[in-house]
Amino acid sequence: MRRSPPQKLTDYLPIAFPAAMLGLFFVVPFAIMVAVSVFKRVPGGFYEPAFTLANYARFLSPFFGEVLVFSLFLAAFVSAICLLIGVPFTYLLTRLRRGNQVVWLIALLGVLSLSEVIIGFSWSTLLSRTAGLSNLFVWLGLMDRPQSWTPSFGAVLTGLVYQAFPYTVLVLYPAFSRLDPSLMEAARTLGSSPIRAFLNVVLPAMRTTLLATSIIVFIFALGAYLLPQILGRPQHWTLSVLVTDQAIYQSNMPFAAAMAVFLVMASLALVGLSVAISGRKGAGQ
Amino acid sequence: MTDKTNLTVSRRAFLGATALGATTLAMPNVLRAQERSIKVGVYGGYFKDSFDQHIFPEFTNATGISVDSIAEPTGEAWLVQLQQAARAGQAPADLSMMSQVAMLKGQSTDLWAPLDLSKVADADKMLPQFINEYPDGRVAGVGAVAWYITLVSNTDTYPEAPESWGFMWDPANEDKLGLLALVSNSFLLEVTAKTFFGGTDILDTDEGILQVMDKLAELKPNVRLWYRDEAQFEQALKSGEIPMGQYYHDVTGLAAADGFPVRSTFPKEGGILDSGCWALSRASDKGDEAHEFINFMSQPSMQALMSRKVGTAPTLKRDTLDLTDAEFASVSSDIDPVLPRYDLYTTKSDWLNQKWTELIVG
Repeated sequence: MRRSPPQKLTDYLPIAFPAAMLGLFFVVPFAIMVAVSVFKRVPGGFYEPAFTLANYARFLSPFFGEVLVFSLFLAAFVSAICLLIGVPFTYLLTRLRRGNQVVWLIALLGVLSLSEVIIGFSWSTLLSRTAGLSNLFVWLGLMDRPQSWTPSFGAVLTGLVYQAFPYTVLVLYPAFSRLDPSLMEAARTLGSSPIRAFLNVVLPAMRTTLLATSIIVFIFALGAYLLPQILGRPQHWTLSVLVTDQAIYQSNMPFAAAMAVFLVMASLALVGLSVAISGRKGAGQ
Repeated sequence: MTDKTNLTVSRRAFLGATALGATTLAMPNVLRAQERSIKVGVYGGYFKDSFDQHIFPEFTNATGISVDSIAEPTGEAWLVQLQQAARAGQAPADLSMMSQVAMLKGQSTDLWAPLDLSKVADADKMLPQFINEYPDGRVAGVGAVAWYITLVSNTDTYPEAPESWGFMWDPANEDKLGLLALVSNSFLLEVTAKTFFGGTDILDTDEGILQVMDKLAELKPNVRLWYRDEAQFEQALKSGEIPMGQYYHDVTGLAAADGFPVRSTFPKEGGILDSGCWALSRASDKGDEAHEFINFMSQPSMQALMSRKVGTAPTLKRDTLDLTDAEFASVSSDIDPVLPRYDLYTTKSDWLNQKWTELIVG
């Protein structure tokens, strides 16, 4: 089917409603946030309208720089792991019989119904010394004595990957299930091993989907503020945790808003960069 | 791990209560027309449960005013919610129990409606430090309860009770402590100053504060958890996962009474004495009910009941109460307490917060 581009004003009508919603619930709040970020903080109190860059100036320090870099690194790491597990998983999932696929998908959707609080506390129990998985390993004779694996970087990573994994699969799933099986068959006929065919044929064909998935998971992980608190040490706190601190505990909305704006800018820049790079690569397509 | 339900809404925990606050904001007050009622915010968890069970029913029986209790999170998180709601003319709770730092911060935006002490019959029996006043003398809050933050430990891991806050610095306790994550609710600067620098006077100057922070930095290898959410620590303390730290004397006592292997110790430098005031949001239209409530809760008999049932220390003068020495000792201590330097948290709030975050994160 070929769609013609909109010609008249009325052709835009179908998207008017979503556009209005996006404006109302995304653009307006974001604009308010940007506005608040230049407001003046009243110490010990709240804030008053003004134009000051002091909140941004406070952010520009090595300390917050390090936290920002760590947050971006953590989100990228989570994104990479999710893809590393999610791509083979989804590929194999789409090869299953329909009934089995449904069971797997429902299980994954089940994870989405868990709140971040539940996930955080469950993992902190699972990784604890007193009641955690290491007790099972001791029982199996794999370890000498139970160990505590939380709070740690690994625990934060585990929690975030666990939370983001269902999104990864759900974004990848439609593309993989539409993938023409004859691509793989052709590669096999031409003498490729299954793994080689997967790497050389399936993955390149999926490039756009993979990029989109990694961006979604990246942004998702960047916004995490609860899991790093529950499963991490202070050095594993992300910028989102510090934003929460300022907004909820210090009632410093202007500074919290300034940090949030920085976070949005940094992630938009990275997303733009990755889209640009992949666009250039895909130009010959 | 049977206490899962307690986890999400423990006292001063912000997790559950953030959602609760939002729900309350969104819900029209349907009860208003039918009967006299008042919405009262108290710290969620064991604390609120005890109030719901033992304290609020007494008030309803005596006055016919029903109490709609709201689980409030850590004082400062609740303060922000109250402030934002008040700007929109809403009061998620009419009266709230607020800690001192939050009281002072609320004062700076005139959040608290002035209270009339002539409507509180036992106001003269209250210890003067528990009447919270605006700089111009208006009354912002009336003492509800006092509480201690003490050195708590798991009795299985530490058969001997620790004697001093200084024990936390012992290298043998590596990775074993749970401490409050905020400078303004942990009061660890005051504890460190009193334990190692002979008192909190050193906190008068910025240099002094930084010196105390350096001492506090030595503690970092021993800290396993810097908690915002109390439930996080309470659970870990009970199970022995994190066997020592600072925690609330009242809740620890309740947990010990339930058979958990925990104890609360007043170190020789004293427990940290903090208190909560009843404060009325300026957006509330329940001023009359609020005064009746405060009047009722300030009676010696109610103060004694709270000490017995909730484990808090009374805000009235000792000789006006019928608590036995043993009862008084279980909620308080003769040891000179560590008194928080509330002035710091309003005058140097942002600077302190920045240095503190760099201290524990860096």
